[in-house]
Amino acid sequence: MTTLEFKDVTKRYRIRGTGDFLALDKVNFTLTSGKTIALVGQSGSGKSTIAKILTQLERATSGEVLLDGVAIPRRGRALRKYRQQVRMVFQDPFASLNPYHTIRHHIERPLLLDKVVPKDQVEDEVFRLLERVRLEPNDVIDRRPHELSGGQRQRVAIARALASRPSLLIADEPVSMLDVSIRLGVLNLLADLQRENNLGVLYITHDLATARHFSDEIMVLNHGVVVERGNADDVILNPQNAYTRQLRDASPNPDKHFAAPGTTSPRS
Amino acid sequence: MTHDKNQERIVTSDNLLTVSNFSVMYDVDPPVEAVRDVSITLKRGEILGLAGESGCGKTTLAYGIQRLLKPPAVITQGSAIFHDKGGEDIDLNSLDDQQMRAFRWDKASMVFQGAMNALNPVVNIGKQLGDVFTTHRPEMNKAQRTEESGRLLEIVGVGRDRLRAFPHELSGGMRQRVMIAMALALKPQLMIMDEPTTALDVLVQREILQQISDLRKEFGFSVIFITHDLPLLLEISDRIAVMRQGKVVEINTAEQIYHHAEHEYTRKLLASFPSLTGERGDFVRGKSSPTETGA
Repeated sequence: MTTLEFKDVTKRYRIRGTGDFLALDKVNFTLTSGKTIALVGQSGSGKSTIAKILTQLERATSGEVLLDGVAIPRRGRALRKYRQQVRMVFQDPFASLNPYHTIRHHIERPLLLDKVVPKDQVEDEVFRLLERVRLEPNDVIDRRPHELSGGQRQRVAIARALASRPSLLIADEPVSMLDVSIRLGVLNLLADLQRENNLGVLYITHDLATARHFSDEIMVLNHGVVVERGNADDVILNPQNAYTRQLRDASPNPDKHFAAPGTTSPRS
Repeated sequence: MTHDKNQERIVTSDNLLTVSNFSVMYDVDPPVEAVRDVSITLKRGEILGLAGESGCGKTTLAYGIQRLLKPPAVITQGSAIFHDKGGEDIDLNSLDDQQMRAFRWDKASMVFQGAMNALNPVVNIGKQLGDVFTTHRPEMNKAQRTEESGRLLEIVGVGRDRLRAFPHELSGGMRQRVMIAMALALKPQLMIMDEPTTALDVLVQREILQQISDLRKEFGFSVIFITHDLPLLLEISDRIAVMRQGKVVEINTAEQIYHHAEHEYTRKLLASFPSLTGERGDFVRGKSSPTETGA
């Protein structure tokens, strides 16, 4: 069981001329393995800043980030060890894979760098990882990213993130660049992997509907402040905070649009 | 929620645009039939949603109607007839370049995909809006152009004081509004909007949609609204055409599409969007039985 704790994390960006920009204001939350938390909010609300701090691409201005009670190491081998535990899947699978390299290379790298398995087993492990993301290894392993569809590419990115056997996965808008008909497939894959590996997942999104269905808890961020947090269904169906309500009401919701008062949705 | 169900019907019975048997091919090797035998009529004042996934031909169709396609795209068959307010029927295939240039923007304007990034970064907003008038209304003088540009910015809620602002000084939502203002400039009868709100977050999206809806009431133009976001289309459109592999597989009122989608693909597309407040569908595999609260 791995626990990642955000304690009073504040992040200020220095902006020349206009003074500081407060991106996160005393954010507290805990991400544990086996749970999915969705992080929702408008653009500029600080969602990605949280992801950046979690992966130590940025440092918090104040506050603590603790992995199993230990502060995130700042550099060196310890930091790499931390990053092995906490992996990220990026939004754009077209940009997050290197066009020069084969799929094999992409997945081998973390295996070799982090010495996850002995060298002679790397090949097998690549096959195994590709199978886990429901790709046919023989079809894709020697291809380059441009030969794959967006959905396949995102699956490769997920396989790469899983290569170092992390306990926590941060998925920053993992499906927003994908075609609508394959989005649910990728989200279901993430949900399956989360269960199989007992992963803790931070699902960053602006899509409240998928946030509700694919996570245990929802955390709503507004201007760097967590305004509401709770059980996924509760937050959407019965929001306590005015901003959450505003966000929910602005989201397209044909069920409500077409439902006569008192009837339920014909779609299930 | 802001959408009003008792929205007075502003859709009229006379046609604005008749597209018949329209086909577009990309003449590459092997040739790609991007749009195949599409026939659509658009009523005056109507919002027609064009839904489909990437590569289904929805943008190609919109470009084809406006004849904005460049080689290797070829319109292989079909026609698009624009029924002008004055009673004249304009066959868009028969116009020469000069006539087409005059037609575009004046009678039918377009908000392009990613339009907010299409503004010239080194020219201020007022000048860019003014260019529309310089081209299409050469009789206007500079003061009139500025006045009119300012008025447009007020209509879309950006404000006249932003005339001298440069694109980088505006947020994405404001830049998108500027593009809509530009598309409104000549009071066109048809506005084609290609994913106008896709890059924006939901609150800004909702504001802009509301604005489009209000403006339509005020000016009575028709809209072809292209997006992959079917739930959104269901809320704002009068009718929806669902495209797949270049064909319109189903076209019907939003309500019919929602309640009684006939084509299997339409149903699949609908099922790709989890319901925000409805019950959990079976698209979420393996979740333990959900605890439904309230609603």
